[in-house]
Amino acid sequence: MVIVAIAIARIHDLFAVVMLTGIFSLLGAAAYVVMDAVDVAFTEAAVGAGASTVLMLGTLALTTSKERPAPAKNVISALIVVVLTGVVLIYGTLDMPIYGDLMAPIHHHVADHYLGGSSAEVGLPNVVTSVLASYRSYDTLGETFVIFTAAAGVLAILGQSRLPRRQHDYEDSEKGMVSSPEKSKGSST
Amino acid sequence: MEQFPGLIPYWVIMVLMMMGLYIVIAHGNLIKKIVGLNVFQVSVFLLYITMAKVEGGTAPILAEGIKLYSNPLPHVLILTAIVVGVATTALGLALVVRIHNAYGTIEDEEIDKLEDQT
Repeated sequence: MVIVAIAIARIHDLFAVVMLTGIFSLLGAAAYVVMDAVDVAFTEAAVGAGASTVLMLGTLALTTSKERPAPAKNVISALIVVVLTGVVLIYGTLDMPIYGDLMAPIHHHVADHYLGGSSAEVGLPNVVTSVLASYRSYDTLGETFVIFTAAAGVLAILGQSRLPRRQHDYEDSEKGMVSSPEKSKGSST
Repeated sequence: MEQFPGLIPYWVIMVLMMMGLYIVIAHGNLIKKIVGLNVFQVSVFLLYITMAKVEGGTAPILAEGIKLYSNPLPHVLILTAIVVGVATTALGLALVVRIHNAYGTIEDEEIDKLEDQT
């Protein structure tokens, strides 16, 4: 994944960059499977690698697919900021429990209750589903509102203003963009 | 530093995160910036899922004869976050298309120049 990220940063052909982003998401999905998060892996593969790649390709079709190289002073200041932030973050991980530790505090608050009680209280074998749809269903409701707002925003940005120039592009963009929130809605349920 | 090998997954994630941040800061192209945000986002998701992992545990689907499961709560949070992330990406890309229609370019600096001229 690190190699793919470096490639994304270096390549100036945006089409290749978008494809690499899809590969990056797929690798992420594989990593989720390795770390036991199968539901998350499904969603990432469908939504992250699928839908957002389609969205980005649609945007490329409407705009340009070449980028100009970044100016040198940008690169240097960005590197300084990034290295400083990275050092601080890695210093922060020194206090974290080690990977896979059963005694980590995160595993002993509500998680025990979810794992122990959800089969009696909700009756579903998949604990992720019962937490998503039952214990934290307001969260999921809020998520649906966010998707609705995003769909409304996309419509407001692309649908309303009809400049005489490039009118046909608006038609295309509406088709490409509007279908996307629908898609993500479908895969979230 | 006795816990050194156990922290390596976090460090890899931090490096990924910083690459995302670097892409966002250093590149002037708006689509590239959104790609950078995506990279950053995926690394944050990975960070959460890494914390949920229990050594020797399995996926949190209840079954006979299994005693140890990974923590389901971060999985749920990240499921929500992935979908919200795609929604924000869609909105950002829509803004990019709109900017391209108004200015004819998606490079940060050229937009600044055009703004100065007017």
